Amino acid sequence: MKANDIAELLNEPACTHNTKSKSGCARPKPGATAGGCSFDGAQIALLPIADVAHIVHGPIACAGSSWDNRGTRSSGPTLYRIGMTTDLTEQDIIMGRGEKRLFHAIKQAVDSYAPKAVFVYNTCVPALTGDDIGAVCKAAAEKCGVPVVPVDCAGFYGTKNLGNRIAGEAMFKYVVGTAEPLPVPVEAQRPGITVHDVNLIGEYNIAGEFWNVLPLFDELGLRILCTLSGDARFHDVQTMHRAQASMVVCAKALLNVARRLQTDYDIPYFEGSFYGVTDTSQAFRDFARLLNDPQLSERVEAMIAREEAKINLALDPWRSKLAGRRVLLYTGGVKSWSIVSALQDLGLIVVATGTNKSTEEDKERIREIMGDKTKMITDGSPKALLGAVKEYQADILIAGGRNMYTALKARVPFLDINQEREFGYEGYSGMIELARQLALTLQSPVWQAVRSPAPWAKSSVPGVELAGDE
Amino acid sequence: MAEILKRNKALAVNPLKASQPIGASLAFLGINRAIPMMHGSQGCAAFGKVFFVRHFREPIPLQTTAMDQVSTVMNADENVILGLKAVCEKSKPALIGLPTTGLSETQGTDIKRLVKQFRAEYPEFAHIPVVPVNTPDFNGCLESGYALAVKAILETLLPAPSPQPSPASGRGSNVGKRKKQVNVLAGSFLTPGDIEHIKELIEAFGLRPLVLPDIGDSLDGHLTEMETSPVTLGGTPVSEIYSMGDSVATLVLGNSLFEAADLLKARTGVPDYRFDSLMGLEAVDSFIASLAVISGKPVPSRIERQRAQLQDAMVDSHFMLGFARVAIAGDPDMLYGFSRLVSEMGCEVVAAVAPARANILQDVAAAQVGIGDLEDLEIAARRNGAQLVISNSHAVETSRRLGVPLLRAGFPQYDLIGGYQRLWVGYRGTRQSLFDLANLLVEHGQHEVAPYVSIYNNRPGEAKHATFAIGGKH
Repeated sequence: MKANDIAELLNEPACTHNTKSKSGCARPKPGATAGGCSFDGAQIALLPIADVAHIVHGPIACAGSSWDNRGTRSSGPTLYRIGMTTDLTEQDIIMGRGEKRLFHAIKQAVDSYAPKAVFVYNTCVPALTGDDIGAVCKAAAEKCGVPVVPVDCAGFYGTKNLGNRIAGEAMFKYVVGTAEPLPVPVEAQRPGITVHDVNLIGEYNIAGEFWNVLPLFDELGLRILCTLSGDARFHDVQTMHRAQASMVVCAKALLNVARRLQTDYDIPYFEGSFYGVTDTSQAFRDFARLLNDPQLSERVEAMIAREEAKINLALDPWRSKLAGRRVLLYTGGVKSWSIVSALQDLGLIVVATGTNKSTEEDKERIREIMGDKTKMITDGSPKALLGAVKEYQADILIAGGRNMYTALKARVPFLDINQEREFGYEGYSGMIELARQLALTLQSPVWQAVRSPAPWAKSSVPGVELAGDE
Repeated sequence: MAEILKRNKALAVNPLKASQPIGASLAFLGINRAIPMMHGSQGCAAFGKVFFVRHFREPIPLQTTAMDQVSTVMNADENVILGLKAVCEKSKPALIGLPTTGLSETQGTDIKRLVKQFRAEYPEFAHIPVVPVNTPDFNGCLESGYALAVKAILETLLPAPSPQPSPASGRGSNVGKRKKQVNVLAGSFLTPGDIEHIKELIEAFGLRPLVLPDIGDSLDGHLTEMETSPVTLGGTPVSEIYSMGDSVATLVLGNSLFEAADLLKARTGVPDYRFDSLMGLEAVDSFIASLAVISGKPVPSRIERQRAQLQDAMVDSHFMLGFARVAIAGDPDMLYGFSRLVSEMGCEVVAAVAPARANILQDVAAAQVGIGDLEDLEIAARRNGAQLVISNSHAVETSRRLGVPLLRAGFPQYDLIGGYQRLWVGYRGTRQSLFDLANLLVEHGQHEVAPYVSIYNNRPGEAKHATFAIGGKH
C-alpha cells in the first residue's frame, strides 16, 4: 500500500478525531508502544465472516500466534475457525517464491474447503519484498472461480485502528454491491408489516451475544442484510448496498464503510450500542426514525415498553446486590460510554472511565451521561490503573483481557469486557448475564482470603507500591 | 529410526508452529528483571504478548521497536537505538533481550552492530546487558528461537577464553570453584512446574541448581508484594550467569539446547551431562543417576519411593494404555519425550507431527514424523485410527472432529487453567501423566451406538464446511 493511500485512510471525514490533526492516529513510539498492528485490526474486523477462507500471507508469526483467538460465533459454517497461512520460509523469501506459494495456497484452500470466497491478508514481510497480492488474487480468482479479495494490511502500515479501516475499505472496494439480496421468504411475510432491510456495522457477535437482540429485529420486521461482521456470510456483505439504513455498532473503526454507503448509495446511518437497557431501546428508536415508518415506530415503542418492564423486574434481585458498588471502567472508544449506561442501569456507580481511544464526541457523551465532574483516565499503564482504583475507591475494574492479571495480581475484582470474553452482554437479556458476572466476582470470598496475610507472616499486608520503576 | 516427511503443500492449515521470536522472548522472560524487545512491527510483540498472557495467565513484559512504514522502507536502525534507550530509562532492566523478526530480517538489519552503536552512543547504560539474537519467523519454530536466545545469552555474558589463560585472571581454571553449584540449561519443553521439581531433585542431593533460563521462578504464577512491574519478577539473576564457569557440572535438558551447551562448555570447561527427555522411567533414572555421580551421594530415600510409586502406576495403567493408538503434535523435544513415554507403556504412536526440523526427530518413537501442521496430524490420525491426541489447545477442534480425547501439552494452552504449571517430568510428573492418559481413554471409551440419521430426513440449515471437506484432496 502506498503512503498516500494510508494517508487517505487516516483522513476519515466522518471521524471527529480528524479535526484534531489526526492525533488519534499518531506514530508508534519505539520502546513504549502497546496494542496491535494494522494486520491485527484488519483480521479482527473480517474474520467473523464465517464461510470465507481467511489466508494470512506471511511467515508464521502473524497467523501462528493469533489464529482462532476471538470469541465471535457463527450459527452455521465454521470455516472461519480454520487457521490458514502461507507460512513463508527463508527460501520463499530469498528466491522470491512468495507469490507462487500464495497462488497455490489459495487453490489448495478452495480445493479442500470449498469456501464462498477467499480473503488474503498481506503482512509485513511480503509487503516489504513486494509481493503483488492484488495481481495474485486476481489470477487465482480467475483460475479457481471464486472471489479472492486482497486485504493489504501489513503491520508496519500503522495501528490496529487503521487496520479496521483497511478492512472496511477492502470490503467496499471488492465486495459490497457485487450481488443482490434474496427475496423475503413468503412464509415470513406478515400482514401489516413492511419489511425494511438494514445493516449493522461493527457488530461482532462476541460469545453469540447478538442472538439476544436478533429476535427483536425479526419481531419488528427489520431484516438484517449484513452484520459486518459477526455471524455474517460473504453473500451478506455483497448485498449491503441495498439496505435502507445502517447502524454503526462498535467504535469508529468501520465508520468509513457507513460513510461510503451513505455517499455512494444514499443509505443513512447512526451510531449506537446494544449494551444496557437505555441504549438498546435507543438503537431501535433510531432505526424507526431513519426508516420513517410510523407503524414501525408504534411497534418499536410497544416492544420497548414490554421488554423494559420485563427486564426491570428480572434485574431487581441483582440490583440489590450491586447498587452503590463503585466501578472503574477502562476500555477503548465507544464502549467508554455505552458500558457506562449499562452499568448505571444496574445501579452501579462509575467513578472514572478510560478515554484513551475515545473521540471528542465520545467524551461529550460521557459528560452527558456522567456529568461534568467525571474523571477521564488516559494513562492505561498497570501502575496508573491501580493508582486510580485506589484513588477513587473502586470496588471493581472493568477492562479488556490484557488488564485482567494487572487487577488480579493486585487482588482487585475484575470483569472482562473485550473480544476474548466468554459471556454475551448485549440486549435486554444480556443485562442479566452482566449482572451475574459482576456479582460473581464482587461477592467472591477469595478476595478476603488473598488479602489477609499468612498467620505466621511478619510483613504487612500486601499492596505495597513498586518503587523506582516506570 | 523415524522417517521424516517434509512439508509438501503450499497452505498451512491449523498451524502448529509458534514463531522463533516468541521462543526467544520466552527464554528472556526466564531472566530476572529482564524485558525482551522484538525488533519488528508493533504487531509482532502484541501478538506475542497476548500469546503468553493467555497461556501463563500472567502480565508479560514485552516491548517492540515499532517499525512503521517509513522506518521499514528507509532504515529502522534508529528504532533499535531509541527503543533500547527508552527501555533502559523507563524500566531500568537488568537485561534486555533483542530478538529480530521476519520483518527486520527481511529488511536486512545488522542487530549486533546496532547494539555496538547503542553502546557507543549511550555509555551511561553500559551496565545493562543487551542480548541481540537473529530469530526470523521464516525459520524454525518456538523451540529453535528459544535455543538461539539461550545461546546468545551465554555468548553475550560469558567472555570467550583468552588464547593463553593467565593465572591472574583465573579464566579456564575456575571449574568447581563453587563446589555445590550445578548449571542447568532448561529447554523450552519444560513448564515452570517442571523446573521447580527439577530444582527440588537437585537440592535433594545437596547441590545448588543455577537454572538458565528460569521460567520456574518468573512465570510460575504467584502473587507478590509488588503489584506491577515493567520487567520480569523472578528468573535467573544476571549476576549468577557470570558465575556459570565456577560450577562443578552442567545439566543440559533438551536436545535443542545442545548447541548452546557446546558453547558453554567451550567457554567455561565445565563438564556436562545431556538429556533428551525427563519423562518416563528410563529417562528419569538416567537423570537421577547422574545427580548421584555429580554429588557423590546416595539417592535419597524419598526419591526411591517416588520411583516405586511410578512403577506401581505403570502396572495399574497398562490395562488402558497397552496398544493404545496415540497422535502427537508438538515442537521436536516435546514430541520426542511424549513418543518415548507412551511407547514405554505399550502405546503406538500412529501420527507424529513437528512444526520444524530438528536432529532429535529421527529418534522419535514412530514410523514416520511429518513436518507440518494440525491438518496433517488430523489426516494421519484419522487414517491410522488414533484414539487420543497429545497437543496444544489448538487441537481441541482437531480432536473433536476426530471424536477422540485430547491431552493438552506444549504451547499455547489458553483454555486450561494451570496448564503452564503442570508437572510432566520426573517420577512424579510421569506418574500423573500416565493417570491422565489412562483416564482420558476410559472416559472416552466408545460404548454407545453412534447416532443414525434417516436418509428421508431433510432438515433445513447449512452445510458446515469445516467438518465437511477435511481429509479431502491435497
